[in-house]
Amino acid sequence: MSSDTKKVLFGPVVDNNPIALQVLGVCSALAVTSSMANALVMTLAVIVVTAFSNLFISIIRNQIPSSVRIIVQMAIIASLVIVVDQVLKAFSYQLSKELSVYIGLIITNCIVMGRAEAFAMKEKPGVSFLDGIGNGLGYGAVLMVVAFFRELLGFGKVFGFEVLPLVQNGGWYQGNGLLVLPFSSFFIIGLIIWAVRQWKPEQVEKD
Amino acid sequence: MEHYLSIFVKTIFIENMALSFFLGMCTFLAVSKKVSTAIGLGVAVVVVLGLAVPANQIIYQAILAPGALDSLMGITDPKESIDLSFLSFITFIGVIAALVQILEMLLDKYFPALYQALGIFLPLITVNCAIFGAVSFMVAKNLTLGESVVYGVGSGIGWMLAIVLMAGLREKMKYSDVPNGLKGLGITFITAGLMAFGFLSFGGISL
Amino acid sequence: MSSNKETFGRTLGFVLVICLVCAALVSIAAVGLKPLQQANKLLDKQTKILEASGLLANLGTSPDSKSIVATYNKRVEAKMIDLKTGTIIEGDVNAFDERADSRDTAKSTKPSNDIAGLNRRADRAVVYLVKNEQGQLDTIVLPIVGSGLWDLMYGFVGLSPDFNTVQSVVYSDLKETPGLGAEVLNPNWKALWPGKKMFNEQGDIAIKIVKGGAKKGDVHGVDALSGATLTSNGVERTLHFWLGNEGYGPFIAKFRNGGLN
Repeated sequence: MSSDTKKVLFGPVVDNNPIALQVLGVCSALAVTSSMANALVMTLAVIVVTAFSNLFISIIRNQIPSSVRIIVQMAIIASLVIVVDQVLKAFSYQLSKELSVYIGLIITNCIVMGRAEAFAMKEKPGVSFLDGIGNGLGYGAVLMVVAFFRELLGFGKVFGFEVLPLVQNGGWYQGNGLLVLPFSSFFIIGLIIWAVRQWKPEQVEKD
Repeated sequence: MEHYLSIFVKTIFIENMALSFFLGMCTFLAVSKKVSTAIGLGVAVVVVLGLAVPANQIIYQAILAPGALDSLMGITDPKESIDLSFLSFITFIGVIAALVQILEMLLDKYFPALYQALGIFLPLITVNCAIFGAVSFMVAKNLTLGESVVYGVGSGIGWMLAIVLMAGLREKMKYSDVPNGLKGLGITFITAGLMAFGFLSFGGISL
Repeated sequence: MSSNKETFGRTLGFVLVICLVCAALVSIAAVGLKPLQQANKLLDKQTKILEASGLLANLGTSPDSKSIVATYNKRVEAKMIDLKTGTIIEGDVNAFDERADSRDTAKSTKPSNDIAGLNRRADRAVVYLVKNEQGQLDTIVLPIVGSGLWDLMYGFVGLSPDFNTVQSVVYSDLKETPGLGAEVLNPNWKALWPGKKMFNEQGDIAIKIVKGGAKKGDVHGVDALSGATLTSNGVERTLHFWLGNEGYGPFIAKFRNGGLN
């Protein structure tokens, strides 16, 4: 793998993370992180949608009339999201029930739209596809970390397997009620941002 | 009447779009630096939500809902009933984008002063997931036309309340001594988390 | 190049092509996957009904869909009833949608004592009669719905044919807080239900959710969920509503008098 490919693929995970630095796609990051399984499915859905929307938009980038650019991007993204939603409903009914409207909200997830506009409109299809995967991974990384802490400390589980037996089930661990609630992801993301910026001080905002 | 009032209060406080469902977070975090801009964006969101939710309700119930087209097409056998609900995502986003565009043109022509104030926020709203989210919830909750008007306006006001409060806090925060790594986005996340914590206490109020 | 890119005709043509391609893609996915989706939905419902009747436990820890469908078809009989009169009526039990009916003012009524927080209650309901191996009535599964903390909670309650002894209370669709209210789905909590009695000797509805834990040997009391008072209250009110006169009351009365056949 050349260093350029690596940069496109893994750059968004730490150096230019869509959630922590670009403030994109935060909405779903908060609501679907109560379990790692949900977060994983959401991550996969976003990776698929971002990668393919980048690919398709990049293929037709020289043909798109600029006056209808946004709506064309929107149509492609929405179609992809519908396909993902339908596939999920058909093959994993339980998960689709839990994620409910949040799958649909990928349409308005600014990561997808943002990458289409900022990257895919200018670059070649192959590299755009990778950029889509990279940004999906960056989004997913934050999602998975948040979900890991919430599921472990809130429910005593990792991916649904019991790690810390809960008091309710006859164990010793008293689940952390705060982390069970969705808004706790705000705190976790805030702390992640803090940690990343301590590590990479060039990301600190000037005021 | 009582029923509508209860929906209205519920959408503002208990089911607050920003702080209970975490929708519209991208703009919520990015455009909440000043109270005046927050109010401008908030008003625009109220207007668009108040129009988009009922508009999509009409379209969904008349065309997309399972069985909606049956009488028109003369289908009586429930097995052949037409179900276009898979098209709902793409239709909703199209309707929202079109509404925003029309609103922009109307404001520009008839209320130039208002256009000056709101104009820059309108394009941002198309990708605001609070709008799309409210429309999806409208379908999930199966609201009637009257309820959807109240629901749309209510969620808009709820979102506006949240962003204005947030902006107020952030204006004050300029004078606080925040650790370097937390400056900007980090502390905003944590503040939003605390606000959501507060709004949680509205939960369970029965109306 | 940019000059011929922006002509009106070309833009229109481009948009049309995109529309066609997207429409084809979406339609193929939706139509092609529909049978699978519907099968999933039905399977989910049948699983919950079997769980409420206690039959699911007999099928092993992770029963495959085939055995669920086979057991359901063999043992469960769905009947549509008119809630007001309590009589069995004709109707397509598969097409019946409680949620659609309860939105329709012609097909629903406003309960006079709306303790379950329904706003409107559908006039019809589908009940499930579950038979044992010998073909005798073993359990009756009644769909229930009522407000929890955040929203309506949908579920099923399985009762013995005397409508008194609880087989189980199974929620299928709810939006309660994970870890608190959503603990109604916890197997340990569900295990508290079997054997409880809904009615006392006088025939009044006596089932209650007891905060801090029910007394040992209390046949009417079930422990409340810790940290989820409002969900627990919701469960109690839902059961009281549906067993009462505005719920399945008339049906239960008819049934006890043997008026069904």
